[in-house]
Amino acid sequence: MKEATDLVLEVKNLKTVFFTNSGLFKAVDDVSFTVRRGETLAIVGESGCGKSVTALSLMRLVPDPPGRIVGGSVTLEGTELLALDETRMRAIRGNRISMIFQEPMTSLNPVMRIGDQIAEAVRLHRAMPNREAQDIAVEMLRLVRIPEPARRAREYPHQLSGGMRQRAMIAMALACRPALLIADEPTTALDVTIQAQILALILDLQKELGTGLVLITHDLGVVAQTAQRVIVMYAGKKVEEASVEALFAAPKHPYTRGLMASIPAVPASGLAAQARLNEIPGTVPSLVRLPPGCPFAPRCKLAIKHCEAEYPPLADWGGGHLAACWRAAEIAEVA
Amino acid sequence: MTEALLEVTDLTKHYPVRAGVLRRQVGTVHAVDGVSFSVGVGETLGLVGESGCGKSTVARSVLRLVEPTSGHIRLGGEDITHLSKTALRPHRRSMQIVFQDPFASLNPRMTAGDIVGEPLAVHGLASGKALEARTAKLFEQVGLRPDQMRSFPHQFSGGQRQRICIARALALGPRLIVCDEPVSALDVSIQAQVINLLIDLQRQHGFSYLFIAHDLAVVAHISHRVAVMYLGRIVEIADKDELFRNPRHPYTQALLASVPIANPLAKKLTPLVDGDVPSPVNPPSGCAFHTRCRFAMERCKIERPGLMEAGDGHHVACLLNEGTGRPNSIP
Repeated sequence: MKEATDLVLEVKNLKTVFFTNSGLFKAVDDVSFTVRRGETLAIVGESGCGKSVTALSLMRLVPDPPGRIVGGSVTLEGTELLALDETRMRAIRGNRISMIFQEPMTSLNPVMRIGDQIAEAVRLHRAMPNREAQDIAVEMLRLVRIPEPARRAREYPHQLSGGMRQRAMIAMALACRPALLIADEPTTALDVTIQAQILALILDLQKELGTGLVLITHDLGVVAQTAQRVIVMYAGKKVEEASVEALFAAPKHPYTRGLMASIPAVPASGLAAQARLNEIPGTVPSLVRLPPGCPFAPRCKLAIKHCEAEYPPLADWGGGHLAACWRAAEIAEVA
Repeated sequence: MTEALLEVTDLTKHYPVRAGVLRRQVGTVHAVDGVSFSVGVGETLGLVGESGCGKSTVARSVLRLVEPTSGHIRLGGEDITHLSKTALRPHRRSMQIVFQDPFASLNPRMTAGDIVGEPLAVHGLASGKALEARTAKLFEQVGLRPDQMRSFPHQFSGGQRQRICIARALALGPRLIVCDEPVSALDVSIQAQVINLLIDLQRQHGFSYLFIAHDLAVVAHISHRVAVMYLGRIVEIADKDELFRNPRHPYTQALLASVPIANPLAKKLTPLVDGDVPSPVNPPSGCAFHTRCRFAMERCKIERPGLMEAGDGHHVACLLNEGTGRPNSIP
């Protein structure tokens, strides 16, 4: 049980900015979190909230220029990743920390056999003859439950279906048994029955291998079904963090509340035909011209004068439930 | 059910697969294979299914944007399946479409006002000042400001662009609007805005929607009745509440069980189907779902079940539903 509390990743005050023609924007602004061994942390938010840039920052894959990590620390198993030179980072990337992306077709090499791609990833980090690496590749394909793994290993990505390709990506990402796996919208491009298969697979493997998992998604249903802890991001900032049970039982930030109210649910029992959804008015603000106070204030039903003047501190509301909102204390009554 | 506005019978669309230097036909994609349904006046029929099930082909065939291989489409009682382009033109006014991608379906070199007003101009219904006034009114109806008429599509956000597409569809006062995944490209909070807008507009104008989406929750929310498609065929069709409370087809059951529920206490993400959707080039014999079905019997490989009434407008195409038999409910 002691192992289960081992810290795999610690991110402190991470800041990533982009320099663009229309100005500097803070894609990730002062974000901190931790991931333990075998734990799943979900990062949720809408497009442009900084969740994918956070993932790329952990991998040190932010394109520079225009982007740059300008502050904070990322510690993986005690190693400060932001201080490493590129050679040493390469030895860690794909080995101790790896990532799977949304669209498996664009992240696999189309002119290389599946087995060769996995074997290549293994041989980059472990000296071994090709034959042995090929055996590991087939073994990994079997692990992700691809039928006839030896035959599939000799096929090219275009010969596989979308779900199979995502399985192959997972096999490649886990081939070196990383301490941390980052999954950036791993099932968004997949059909719902395939999504259920892939999510179940990721969770099974995580249990088996004890990998820490950072799951990035916009789908609160996926979060509820997979994560232990959740971070909600809005306009580059972490606005709320809690255990998945606490977050869904009593969200403290009005944005989280709004998100939860705006998702249509599959009706379990007689829902009036065509009930209106609770919408969040307006749109996500441009990161270039953020208001000085809370960036959600213009869309927030509960906003008071003070919200537009000063950004609220990220306060602990008990049991590690963090929220950055001036009105978090009274939200249960007012909302 | 109320009077039917759109009736589709035995709609079939096959695409040839060609290969080689001589482009010889080597196979056929059975995109839509004998689909029948109707949409009542003021009703929303949701059409769900996974990618490649033929739902978009159905949408386009209904509007005659693709020519069906066989079958009939009747709009307001008149058969429009074989009408010539000219004869079809007056009918075009009563059926419109909203596409998934509001970035690709707006001309980037036209102003938003011109885009919305174009249908009126093309059909010669308004020009000059009158056109401008009617366009401004359409803008207000979809929650945009008339002063945004002079802006170009790139100046709008995704949700606003979808509002422009909806305003354009409204311009001619249609009786049927086909929505092909209208909110799939939008963020959750924006998605809710657009769904609410579509519901409000239907209440005001009383038109019908054929609403196509892969997201069951979205379809459940907006539809009165729902049809489930699998490999070019409708496998189940019923009133919304009935379908979600009492799904009879094993595929519908599997779809419902695969939707992750936004409640951590209801952990039951149990994939009820394995494997992938088979290719529509060589669809399985008999019931197309038998290769993935938990209840498949020998008969399912040979006999192709037709849609059978299972009481109260609930139709299902599954041999297990013959007589009293029905597949077990979701565990």
